[in-house]
Amino acid sequence: MTNLLDVEHLKQYFPIRTGFAKTTPLKAVDDISFSIRHGETLGLVGESGCGKTTVGRSVLRLYEPTDGKVYFEGTEITRSNIKSMRRQMQMVFQDPYSSLNPRMTVEDIIGEPLDVHRMYSNSKERREKILNLMELVGLNAEHATRYAHEFSGGQRQRIGIARALAVNPKFIVCDEPVSALDVSIQAQVINMFEELQDKLGVAYLFIAHDLLVVRHISNRIAVMYLGHMVELADSDELMDHPIHPYTESLLSAVPIPDPETARHKQRIVLEGDVPSPLNMPTGCPFRTRCRYATAKCAEEMPDFTDRGNGHFVACHVK
Amino acid sequence: MENNSVPKKRPFSLQLDLSKFEPATEEEKRQQDVMSKSTTFFRDGMRRLLKNPLAVASLIVLLLVIATIVIAPMIVPYGYEEILSVNGRRDKGAKNLTPFEYSTAEKKYIAQGNSRFPHIFGTDEQCRDYFIRVVYGARVSLFVGFFASIIVLIIGMLIGSISGYVGGRVDLIIMRIVDIIYSLPDMLMVILLSVVLKEVLTFKTGSVLASLGTNMISMFIVFGALYWVGMCRLIRGQILSIRENDYVLAAKSIGAGSARIIRKHILPNCLSVIIISTALQIPSAIFTESYLSFIGLGVSAPMPSLGSLANAARQGLQSYPYKLIFPAAAICLIVLSLNLLGDGMRDAFDPKLRR
Amino acid sequence: MEQKQYEHLLSVRDLHTHFSTENGTVSAVNGVNFNLDAGKVLGIVGESGSGKSVTAYSVMRILSENGWIDQGEILYKGDNIVKWSEKEMQSFRGRCVSIIFQDPMTSLNPVFTIGNQLKEAITLHTAKRGKEAYDRAVELISLVGINEPEKRMRQYPYQLSGGMRQRIMIAMALACEPDILIADEPTTALDVTIQAQILELMQSLQKKMGMAIIMVTHDLGVIAEICDEIIVMYGGRICERGTADEIFYNPHHEYTKGLLRSIPTMNSKKQKLVPISGTPINMLNMPAGCAFCPRCDAAMKICLEEIPEELFINENHKASCWINVRDGKGFETLPETAEKEETAK
Repeated sequence: MTNLLDVEHLKQYFPIRTGFAKTTPLKAVDDISFSIRHGETLGLVGESGCGKTTVGRSVLRLYEPTDGKVYFEGTEITRSNIKSMRRQMQMVFQDPYSSLNPRMTVEDIIGEPLDVHRMYSNSKERREKILNLMELVGLNAEHATRYAHEFSGGQRQRIGIARALAVNPKFIVCDEPVSALDVSIQAQVINMFEELQDKLGVAYLFIAHDLLVVRHISNRIAVMYLGHMVELADSDELMDHPIHPYTESLLSAVPIPDPETARHKQRIVLEGDVPSPLNMPTGCPFRTRCRYATAKCAEEMPDFTDRGNGHFVACHVK
Repeated sequence: MENNSVPKKRPFSLQLDLSKFEPATEEEKRQQDVMSKSTTFFRDGMRRLLKNPLAVASLIVLLLVIATIVIAPMIVPYGYEEILSVNGRRDKGAKNLTPFEYSTAEKKYIAQGNSRFPHIFGTDEQCRDYFIRVVYGARVSLFVGFFASIIVLIIGMLIGSISGYVGGRVDLIIMRIVDIIYSLPDMLMVILLSVVLKEVLTFKTGSVLASLGTNMISMFIVFGALYWVGMCRLIRGQILSIRENDYVLAAKSIGAGSARIIRKHILPNCLSVIIISTALQIPSAIFTESYLSFIGLGVSAPMPSLGSLANAARQGLQSYPYKLIFPAAAICLIVLSLNLLGDGMRDAFDPKLRR
Repeated sequence: MEQKQYEHLLSVRDLHTHFSTENGTVSAVNGVNFNLDAGKVLGIVGESGSGKSVTAYSVMRILSENGWIDQGEILYKGDNIVKWSEKEMQSFRGRCVSIIFQDPMTSLNPVFTIGNQLKEAITLHTAKRGKEAYDRAVELISLVGINEPEKRMRQYPYQLSGGMRQRIMIAMALACEPDILIADEPTTALDVTIQAQILELMQSLQKKMGMAIIMVTHDLGVIAEICDEIIVMYGGRICERGTADEIFYNPHHEYTKGLLRSIPTMNSKKQKLVPISGTPINMLNMPAGCAFCPRCDAAMKICLEEIPEELFINENHKASCWINVRDGKGFETLPETAEKEETAK
């Protein structure tokens, strides 16, 4: 069985003006390959500026990738077939405030994908579909004529999810969908993502920086650092047996909501800051902060290799 | 309950009504959690606007002014270019009357038992009723202000949205043109253009354009040619910032085309800014018109405008100061209330200023 | 200021803070009480709109223009600072209590160098001038773990990363060695690895300087890591307070319980999360009874009508929830004190 989505050597560079009539490419995503199976959730974690959001947007062709190929169910996504592909692939955004047009009612927001793809024959059918979608994400049908600004963050995120689901997609990129929400609301939305997956069999690329949330929802997790993928493994495997030193320190840095564990935890505190992506270190991007770094790390970019059981790591040392 | 035996430690259990400790129903909980009343963006903004006393006062003043300039010509039996006459004979005594004063001929006429409409603002040196002239002047000024702003809006919006949405080289060229126009001394340009256009433009007599007068047409051209740049920059900026919103990206990811994105997502969101800045453009256009009329480049005589009335009043300023005061006060009132209303609208409708 | 006898370093009593909005007056904080002793770390946790930040700002008296302390006392070393003049407050802020904010990007002035801003903070509150102030600034920068302090002094905020800026903010807050440091979501805007650095730094500085910290955050993980005592707030009121262990392992308020159930932990492998239902509280439309009751699964009739009193669960733990009354847990005062009172009579 083919994968739902295959990403091969995806590169996304943005030209940044660094001087008068001089531009330097900002390598937001540099040579990334991964695949997503049907009905699976792949978590994508990393710190801000590591390119995780860019990966999501390049896969959906919201940016024109610099290089690399994306296959959806074996068909390459190109400029010409992207419109029909958008019926299969959707996106949920981080900010529930700026991702909904303040001048549109909930009904029109959720109905927009239906309008664009002409997925109804008359206005009654449109309305029925919209109400079904609202029910699916737990919104009250009587709120259909309200404007987005009248809702709380969690409800707005539900509207955004209903919009993404309107075209019956097989794949949704969730770009930090819960990080702007309150703790007590996060669980509602996470549970809803899981329920929708069970019900509709949709696959997610779940981008987030909260490792605990990602671990909870994902089947597999990929870790990114400065535009590169450094580790990819089954979520329990990655959490319990991280190989890459970056993943290791990321895991130890996560604050655990449990005073007992917190007291006995040995934190591996990383020194320094993430280097600027305009001025990348040679070789392995993590070597400037890595405590195992050797001379080889500065010379050569490590390959992203399978260490058995689908546990991919890019590291010379470990 | 055994703890009743130690009441001092648990005084609650004695006084409490146990029926209150039954689980609450969903219904009861729901009652506590009501969503606030639904409002549309427009209604919300209007509510805000009506809460602003200055804006409401200026709205009332403006409505009164508009009512006056619409109704007054129907009531006042004099024309703006009509030289006063009594019983079909020219009333030579009706020159430079003070407000509510009648000329000798008129007094005689009234003494005969006829009624004569009072000269509310007096008369000018050509024996014309001054009130109706000020009313017509205000008409002309408001008309010019309004249409000039519309012209500015149309040109500015068109060029601004092209510049903002297309971007790249087109944007670069348009913005440089805007920069050049900005760098011209605008009053000088206005005067030069008006002088030149006055010579160049000729219209067939009897056509609509001719009845407006070449001066008025040239004034519109001046506005259209010079003042669109501000609007253009504003709209370009708006489009650039709205384009960055996630909902535009969301529409793109849904598969919506450019036309739909502009129509459904970008324009509705910059509409309030466009309306507000148009409203604020009107007073500045009125000012420019008055200024041009004042230096004799505005509307052509005998059509009055507030500026030309003020100019005419200059000559007899010492003896008849009220002739300057009336048109000047009219300009101030109109411009001030338009400005205050525009400010109030911006506060009420511009979401960026909220919270 | 004469030296007074005082019980606690900071004592907030029945604090009510209100804001006037165009839709009416909002009471963001409704009768908050807490004490803070020197050298302790107090965590205030709650979601947005719970009044946690407003409580912190009230202590500094840096509320926005439409907000005011309606009622209550804030006793700093026994003095009620609510009654102080603005001028007295100015010397209080920075010297006695300092605050660091969530967003390190906007809390530094972009047009001045780091050194400039640090020196200003120092000269404002101490007698140090010129070279002395400069040396102190350099000392502070190295104190917060930034290398090459002399070079940093000449840099502008935009030249530093987010984590570094937050360190500078901490250095500024510590310039006059305040007794209390208020940290309002200090790590929310930072990445996990940087967050760990900052938390580590705050802990080590606290040990070194012995100040008290009020940590305001929504992140239960951060709270668990560094706080001695925790206050859980909802809808402007304190739901529950106690030591970290009591709150995490023995919660007695339905909101705290729900909160703990709704977050994924390291141990819960694939357990389903149990979310708190409903939507966040609408501050304009507060329930008559317990603020949490519209979302509470265990809500009882009394919860809708009456605000629960704070009950003692044990000496380290208090909770305001009617459930405890129903279950016969909790005391109005601690049994020992009640007995003492009795014998005293």
